Amino acid sequence: MKVELRDISKHFGPIRANDGVTLSIESGTLHGLLGENGAGKSTLMKILSGFLSPDRGEILLDGKPIHLHSPAQSIAVGVGMLHQDPLDFSALRVIDNFLLGSPESWWLDRHRIRNRLIELASQFDFRFNPDALLSDLSIGERQQLEIIRLLGLGVRVLILDEPTTAISSQQKEKLFETLRRLTEQGKTVVFVSHKLEEVRSLCSKVSVMAHGKITGEVPMPCPTEELVQMMFGQTVMVGKRCAVPLGDPVLELENVTVSDWRLEVKSLSLEVPAGEVIGLAGLEGSGQHLVLKSCAGLLRPSVGHIRIATQEMTGRPYRDFIKAGVAYMPAGRLEEGLIAGMTLIEHAALIDENPRFFVDWAFAAKTAAQRIEAYNIKGQPGTLVEELSGGNQQRTLLALLPSQSRLLLMEHPTRGLDMESTEYIWKLLLNRTQQGTAILFISSDLDELLDRSDRILIFFEGKIRIMETCGTNLLQLGESIGGKGFE
Amino acid sequence: MTLDISILIASVLASSPPILFAVLGETITEKAGVINLSLDGSMLLTALVGFVVALHTGSVLLGFCGAMAVGALIAWMIAFVSITLHQPQVATGFVLTLLSRDLAYVLGNPYAHVPGPQVSHTPIPGLFDLPIVGPILFDQNPVVYLSLLAIFLVWVYVDKTRPGLNLQGLGERPAAAFVRGVNVTVMRYVYTLVGGALVGLGGASFSLMVKPGWARPYGIEGTGWIALAIVIFGGWQPIRAGLGAYFFVALQTAASLLQSVMPNIPTQLFSTLPFPLMILTLLLVTLGNAEWTNRVLNHLPEGMRRFLIRTLKALRTVPPASLGAIFRKE
Amino acid sequence: MNPLEAKALNNWESHPSFVVRVFAILLALVFSAFVLLILGTSPLDAFALILSGAFGSLAKLAYVMTAWAPVLLCSAGLLVTFAAGVWNIGIEGQIIMGAVFATGLLQLLQDSLSPAAILVLAAFAGFMGGALWGMLAGALKLYGNVNEIFGGLGLNFIAGSLTVYLVLGPWKRPGIGSTSGTQPFPPSLWLPAFNGFQVSPIEVLLGLVAMALVTLALRGTHFGLKLRAIGKNLRAAFLKGIPLNQYMLLAFGLCGGLAGLAGWVLVVGTSARHNLFPLISSGYGFLAILVVLLTNLSALWSVPISFFFAVISMGSLQLALQRQLDSSLGGVIQGMLVLLVLVAKGFQSRILSRRER
Repeated sequence: MKVELRDISKHFGPIRANDGVTLSIESGTLHGLLGENGAGKSTLMKILSGFLSPDRGEILLDGKPIHLHSPAQSIAVGVGMLHQDPLDFSALRVIDNFLLGSPESWWLDRHRIRNRLIELASQFDFRFNPDALLSDLSIGERQQLEIIRLLGLGVRVLILDEPTTAISSQQKEKLFETLRRLTEQGKTVVFVSHKLEEVRSLCSKVSVMAHGKITGEVPMPCPTEELVQMMFGQTVMVGKRCAVPLGDPVLELENVTVSDWRLEVKSLSLEVPAGEVIGLAGLEGSGQHLVLKSCAGLLRPSVGHIRIATQEMTGRPYRDFIKAGVAYMPAGRLEEGLIAGMTLIEHAALIDENPRFFVDWAFAAKTAAQRIEAYNIKGQPGTLVEELSGGNQQRTLLALLPSQSRLLLMEHPTRGLDMESTEYIWKLLLNRTQQGTAILFISSDLDELLDRSDRILIFFEGKIRIMETCGTNLLQLGESIGGKGFE
Repeated sequence: MTLDISILIASVLASSPPILFAVLGETITEKAGVINLSLDGSMLLTALVGFVVALHTGSVLLGFCGAMAVGALIAWMIAFVSITLHQPQVATGFVLTLLSRDLAYVLGNPYAHVPGPQVSHTPIPGLFDLPIVGPILFDQNPVVYLSLLAIFLVWVYVDKTRPGLNLQGLGERPAAAFVRGVNVTVMRYVYTLVGGALVGLGGASFSLMVKPGWARPYGIEGTGWIALAIVIFGGWQPIRAGLGAYFFVALQTAASLLQSVMPNIPTQLFSTLPFPLMILTLLLVTLGNAEWTNRVLNHLPEGMRRFLIRTLKALRTVPPASLGAIFRKE
Repeated sequence: MNPLEAKALNNWESHPSFVVRVFAILLALVFSAFVLLILGTSPLDAFALILSGAFGSLAKLAYVMTAWAPVLLCSAGLLVTFAAGVWNIGIEGQIIMGAVFATGLLQLLQDSLSPAAILVLAAFAGFMGGALWGMLAGALKLYGNVNEIFGGLGLNFIAGSLTVYLVLGPWKRPGIGSTSGTQPFPPSLWLPAFNGFQVSPIEVLLGLVAMALVTLALRGTHFGLKLRAIGKNLRAAFLKGIPLNQYMLLAFGLCGGLAGLAGWVLVVGTSARHNLFPLISSGYGFLAILVVLLTNLSALWSVPISFFFAVISMGSLQLALQRQLDSSLGGVIQGMLVLLVLVAKGFQSRILSRRER
């Protein structure tokens, strides 16, 4: 089935997630959609799969314009999406997951369905135990189940959103083989990813998105530089921080292995001296958050040691890390960092480092006013944090960090800020480094990474490469993020 | 003292329909992701309504229908305030449980100790004199037969039908159910109403069968809360919940038997005995979910550890993941 | 996040406007009138009866004040637990345990010390009893993963059973034990009152002071600030280094303690029955929950509203005496009020959010 998207636009408040996107995907092809986080790929695919309605534009399937108003209807029309985290039911069995939502009769004939499931699965060399609980399956297997479920429902366009994020390489090979087989059968496959190498090896044609627009469309094969350029913009930028005076180690990671239910970061050893700035690069879910959280004391490594200023901290509770001078700034502004329903004064009171019994509101008000000025926050001390704009919330998060810390751990510190603010904030942060604070920060802005860090840790599928920033150019950084050099 | 076991079991069965219906109803409601905390008051009000309607119309059947309607109405209020108005379910449920109880007392005042119609005893001909099974299963009244059937029907619905499967998915992960074409909002309303109607059926089973008539206090105060606990204990599965209900009624029966053996100990003590038991069972059942249990278990010797893990796992109940949460379409 | 937590209550984005509240009150009165009409009574007659039942004589007013005090104390306590984002349904049991502890101490020291000293010690005992019971519910929730609603309920019933046991067993009246309660205490152990107006100023004063202290604690101390942070955003509070379990247990303890104090008032209050009897908590704890829900967690409004509810509760007792109406009509009015305010809030926030789009 041929898919055409014409002039699709979608905005969320002031943010233009998709800005006049026009895309054409031929029937029976494996089409790649490449782009950074925030480029607009997920929004576009959500529109195509019926989750969202575009503000403007139209969708044509096999030349016929169609209005998709729900995911279930999209599937009925033939377009199905496999989410990065498959939308399935972990408490139910495999067979029930396969069944739910399919147009069956009132009375369920599980025996017949069981056979159908096994038959469909064997077509692609998948193996399932229909009576197993879904929670016992690996992500790769859950993906496989979802694929054959969608195919069983008659889907002719299959969208895969970052499918290889948490599966083994064996499963990945199998997936790719499956996808190729599907296109041989005449199905259309859209492969959304940020991984350059995979997209190159798998797809026949690639569209690149950045900032809500399509920045390019090329048939494969195609040199990596072109792709990186289309994803990130000009490749001229070069890392600047070179000779910077550093001090005693503030953070030491010794052979640390840390993992969550999807991913494992193995055997990381790192020494961070006072005053160093380390950027953690890599696309979402590659392991940066795991490392940052373990440095904060929020995630316990299964192997290895963590030391803060030579103090052994492995396995100690989060509050001990705070006492040791570690400050953690989370990504979710209103979910984790700020408290909706409280004013800036109240937040200032909460960070009082020497609290007495009664709150010194005058002091808190003064602190709030000081921080507002120092960080240029557009708001009053009495403003509720949820009333601030996103950018100002970000500044508030930064303003609430303790004035003296040994180690600052930040997730996307300048997200939502314009250039001027970013510049201003980094000046303040650099002041801290001159006083001996070490900084680890996660960012998806390559310019920021090159400009501000002394070293960059690049994450890809849980593996790490450490790069000196001095002299590295954006192309090299972009390629590494896309997976080059990690085999 | 000789006890005829089958008579005993028969009497347990005969006293169970009220709490059984309530437990089944609330299991369905919670499986859809909604908590109806008004159970205690609902049962009182629906008991009254059932009795009053039956009294005035002379028809026990109409009494049941009236009670079911009121039960569904109360449930609708909870559904409306939480699903449509996005207010916390617990607050609404709490207020409604007190309000329903007070309404029941106020409206029921003129009906206290008034004799009225009851469900008639209908033994099934030919079967009721079978040994052992006879008196238990076939020498009862229609409501008891219905209650037995209800467990079976609910189980069949949830486990063996397509809409029942959708219900399972609904409470588990409404976002995924939504993608698969389930209209989350509508189905939540539907199942809340069905659950409420079943609670009404339970209430009427009191006033028209188990404890005919009305009085203040009626005597079933606290049963609704127990029903809520049994739903948790039952792991949101109809069969297990049904067993929990029978177990509880059996305890109550045992308590009143002990009472006659030990007349010195006050009645109240026996009637309140189930409640500490309730906490204990809840504790056991959710203990597996607490974080520190793993740490403690690791310190125990291997054999004991394995046994405890297996028992905890068997007892463990995991609530429908989306229970109480508000579903917003994004 | 446990969906059963009262988190949503703390993040009430809208405060029902004055107009909305007045409208809700009128609607509640209309509905109650409707109920009365069904029963064949004139609504005006019934309302007048309620008012006369509350204000008709000095003695009646004394009863209203006697009811006001425990509701005030419990409301104050509930403001603490709601600030922490938890539903303390176990409050009835905490009142009962406070009464139990107070009674126990009074019996123990009855003839040993001066009455004033005994009363004060009994107050402490009451506070401790309630606090312990509250922390038990908290511990069940935090360490046993038992939802605070069921933990609280179960503990309510256990406290009730314990009372029955004490009243009919070890503490029974000489002669035949009956559920009317323990041997009443002599007037020397009652709270002193005025001539002709049988209510001790201590009772209500205690309630008002508790309300003031709780407000001060929540708004003016770091404990209160951090507690409110926990209630509004558990995760963020944790990341800021606030020790969650400690604070939540303290909140349970504080609320339980205040409820326990209410139990003490219910035993030694001037117009009380002066003994321990089953169900001594009389639903005052749940009434306080209704009050606090109605006032949207506002301490300032909780003072008059709890008085208003006490008026309704006491006044409607007249209905039973003089008109063969069940006194629960008061409960109906109270319940309707809270329900309608909840509904009104819901409408208001939905309409507001629609307008924003």
